[in-house]
Amino acid sequence: MTSHSTDLHDLSVTALAEQLRTRQVSAVETAQHFLDRAKAQHTLGAYVALNEEATLAQARAADAQLATGNAGTLTGVPIAHKDIFVTRDFPTTAGSKMLAGYRSPFDATVVTRLAEAGAVTLGKLNCDEFAMGSANENSAVAPIGFDAPAPVRNPWDLSRVPGGSSGGSAVAVAARLAPAVTGTDTGGSIRQPASFCGITGIKPTYGRASRYGMIAFASSLDQAGPMARSAEDCALLLSAMCGPDLDRDSTSLDRPVENFGATLNNDIAGLRIGVPAEFFGDGLSADVRAAVDAALQEYVKLGAKLVPIELPRTELSIPVYYILAPAEASSNLSRFDGVKFGHRAKGYTDLVDMYKKTRAEGFGDEVKRRIMIGAYVLSEGYYDAYYLQAQKIRRMIADDFQAAFQHCDVIAGPAAPTVAWQLGAKSDPLANYLADIYTLPASLAGLPGLSLPAGFGAGGMPVGLQLIGNYFREGHLLNAAHRFQQATDFHLRQPAGLAL
Amino acid sequence: MTAKLIHGYEVVIGFETHAQLATQSKIFSRAATAFGAEPNTQACAVDMALPGTLPVMNKKAVECAIKLGLALGSKIAPRSIFARKNYFYPDLPKGYQISQFEIPVVQGGEVSFFLGEEKKTVRLERAHLEEDAGKSLHEDFIGQSGIDLNRAGTPLLEIVTQPDMRSTEEAVAYARELHKVVTWIGICDGNMQEGSFRCDANVSVRKPGGPLGTRREIKNLNSFKNMQQAIDYEIRWQIEEIEDGRSIQQATVLFNPDTGETRAMRTKEDAADYRYFPDPDLPPLVVAQSWVDEVRAGMPELPRQRAARFVADYGLPEYDATTLTQSQDMASYFEAVAQACGQAKLASNWIMGEISRRLNTEEIGIADAKVGSAQLAQLIARISDGTISNNAARQVFEALWAGEADNVDAVIEAKGLKQMNDSGALEAIIDEVIAANPGNVEQYRAGKDKAFNALVGQVMKASKGKANPGQVNDLLKAKLA
Repeated sequence: MTSHSTDLHDLSVTALAEQLRTRQVSAVETAQHFLDRAKAQHTLGAYVALNEEATLAQARAADAQLATGNAGTLTGVPIAHKDIFVTRDFPTTAGSKMLAGYRSPFDATVVTRLAEAGAVTLGKLNCDEFAMGSANENSAVAPIGFDAPAPVRNPWDLSRVPGGSSGGSAVAVAARLAPAVTGTDTGGSIRQPASFCGITGIKPTYGRASRYGMIAFASSLDQAGPMARSAEDCALLLSAMCGPDLDRDSTSLDRPVENFGATLNNDIAGLRIGVPAEFFGDGLSADVRAAVDAALQEYVKLGAKLVPIELPRTELSIPVYYILAPAEASSNLSRFDGVKFGHRAKGYTDLVDMYKKTRAEGFGDEVKRRIMIGAYVLSEGYYDAYYLQAQKIRRMIADDFQAAFQHCDVIAGPAAPTVAWQLGAKSDPLANYLADIYTLPASLAGLPGLSLPAGFGAGGMPVGLQLIGNYFREGHLLNAAHRFQQATDFHLRQPAGLAL
Repeated sequence: MTAKLIHGYEVVIGFETHAQLATQSKIFSRAATAFGAEPNTQACAVDMALPGTLPVMNKKAVECAIKLGLALGSKIAPRSIFARKNYFYPDLPKGYQISQFEIPVVQGGEVSFFLGEEKKTVRLERAHLEEDAGKSLHEDFIGQSGIDLNRAGTPLLEIVTQPDMRSTEEAVAYARELHKVVTWIGICDGNMQEGSFRCDANVSVRKPGGPLGTRREIKNLNSFKNMQQAIDYEIRWQIEEIEDGRSIQQATVLFNPDTGETRAMRTKEDAADYRYFPDPDLPPLVVAQSWVDEVRAGMPELPRQRAARFVADYGLPEYDATTLTQSQDMASYFEAVAQACGQAKLASNWIMGEISRRLNTEEIGIADAKVGSAQLAQLIARISDGTISNNAARQVFEALWAGEADNVDAVIEAKGLKQMNDSGALEAIIDEVIAANPGNVEQYRAGKDKAFNALVGQVMKASKGKANPGQVNDLLKAKLA
């Protein structure tokens, strides 16, 4: 071990990549360091699968690549993937019993792209079952070191949830169990856990990152994105992850990948930040409001202008989302029927009985709830009133954003109404749904959204500031976030008591 | 035009045909579509619906749909939508079928054909693209079912008519015409046994002028013969039910070729709610006019265009022209013969007569005809230049078909079938016949035409069939005048 290894996990992706390039540290020792941390901190419940042999093989290949001097942007940098991306080297469960022991014969495009950029995969990260949840309390999979499902814990307060559905991803970054990770965001599943765990995460414009190999929850909303400590690190990963994948994903956009790092340091003087009144209503807790207000004032100091805007259908985004996402999910999850792969009930009398038992045993309550809601809103006689009506309002929500972007460059507000809540505190599904209010509008519109650490609220828990940009303006968001992080140190703070 | 009534009932038939498109790969994946491979060897991750897989449209399948639309005068929708039809079945890997529901790619159009000599037109409602399911194999496993996903994701075009047909014959003729069109334009191999062209017939009966009766749908008619028997049986069955005072229940029925009967497999009460909704994995299918134009430029001359040209350029009756455009091969054969011999109507007669008869008997296509177009043209030329009679020509044709020889003139020579065109020799025979048949001569002179025919017959007999009948007529008349 070199003298660097003790603080390897404190390095940013950017700094770590530079140390690897200059051979101050090897990819193998870096990977081993993070594997050791992941195992030592297994009680956080972040990781659900490791494959040390595969990880170290990748690391050795990265070292060989580094030795040639032809390294990629991420060569040797260890990352981990949300367990919603299928992987050849690791099992893929989507947090569900339904896929216990499933091994994909192919890698997701996002996994492949990051590997092509040189990243080494540490393992797979816990998440809500099929990405359905806002607290990561819906995982049916045992984390590493456990024999049964166990709570995923927020490193800032182990009695609190990490957010969801990319809860394991957020915990891994916040606890320095990986320098950066992937997540997916359907209605806020990157931004909300990033906010709860005090890290940075970005969901790009719908269609930017390929959905091939991402186990589908709601096809018209699902997007992959990076989660890391800083906007600078997110930019590095996002540039590697995005780009057209037209042969595999019909919703992939034919838009060349950008180097998001190139615009990080642009001046933001004169940046018009739209502040939607609807994001600061009664439901917003005072501690979060105070932190977000302070963050906005920090932007004013940096030369930005605050512009009041309206997003009048913000509240409607909850019913619209909780009709459309379950509708798509009810159909997307039909393939889990016990016939071809995954769980199949042991005893059954006939085909229909096999289906019923398999799905009753394989799916958790929240997944079943959404399948039922989805089947209901698509059924004959209800389709027009629910599904079609929701689609119409979805278009209006997108139009509202376009009207707002006439007056501003970026929209800012809280990522969530509160800081992370106590484990088990929200047993009512509806209470969970309502907490998604600030992340749903951008998801429904297909817009890019970012959450960055903006301060602390009740109980010393992190508060996230959400930035929403117009289509393809990920560069603006990362630039604005980076400038904020140049002026503040919230993103550098770390939970106490977790050092290895 | 009045519909044929059966026991006072009018028959109403509409068709839904699944044409398997002749693409190399599947509609939403790159797996091959070839028939007959080992089970599950032609199913890729997408076809098996493995987690994370997504559909990507095969442009060739869309091209096939555009071709059909152009061939049948349909509207090609500039923007059509793929929907999910949700239901559980083991051979449906995703738990839903991707199909077009509200907005299909081909809209309207019509299919025209001859029923006997009467021209019929059946209006199309739509044709939409969809994927096929796999196959459940129940026979090979005791107490279990096997699933073969080779067929899953095979591109289909479902072609739906208006309820325009009024008899079994008309329905079968429609199906034959549609079969001709899809094979002619090359979008389907037309193999009914392998399931490349599957027809479902919606059949109902009613009193003339009354509202439409309740229909029953006969599924998967996989031969024209079964189609005929199944629809005939279904019509009789429905009429008997109604006559016996029972009402028809909407149902899906299967035809059993062994018993010749149809049997209900599910009734309307079992009808599933398919929860159709637009597939969020597939953006709307956009077909630009430039794409349509490009496909049109590559289209072969269509059967009805070619038939119209046969009428205009060769002076054929419309019936002949339609019959000769049953397939590209048939039409090309005719044109080769007609151009080589310059006798289009004779060529048509021979092809629709002798040739077709033999093709039917031997169950072969015209591409395998044992008399080639050049031979037939030569044969016709020898008839029209007076070298041989029609009777002699049939003998030559027999010999050619049997493979005894391949040169028309050689056969004529070898069999001594040349007509007697030497008037001196013929006059001598005629003189002999007149001398030997004074009775007939007398009767002819008394005005009895029959007697003349008898004399002609005698001359033909004496010439061993080689005399030219026209010439015999002329000479005989001159001598008896």
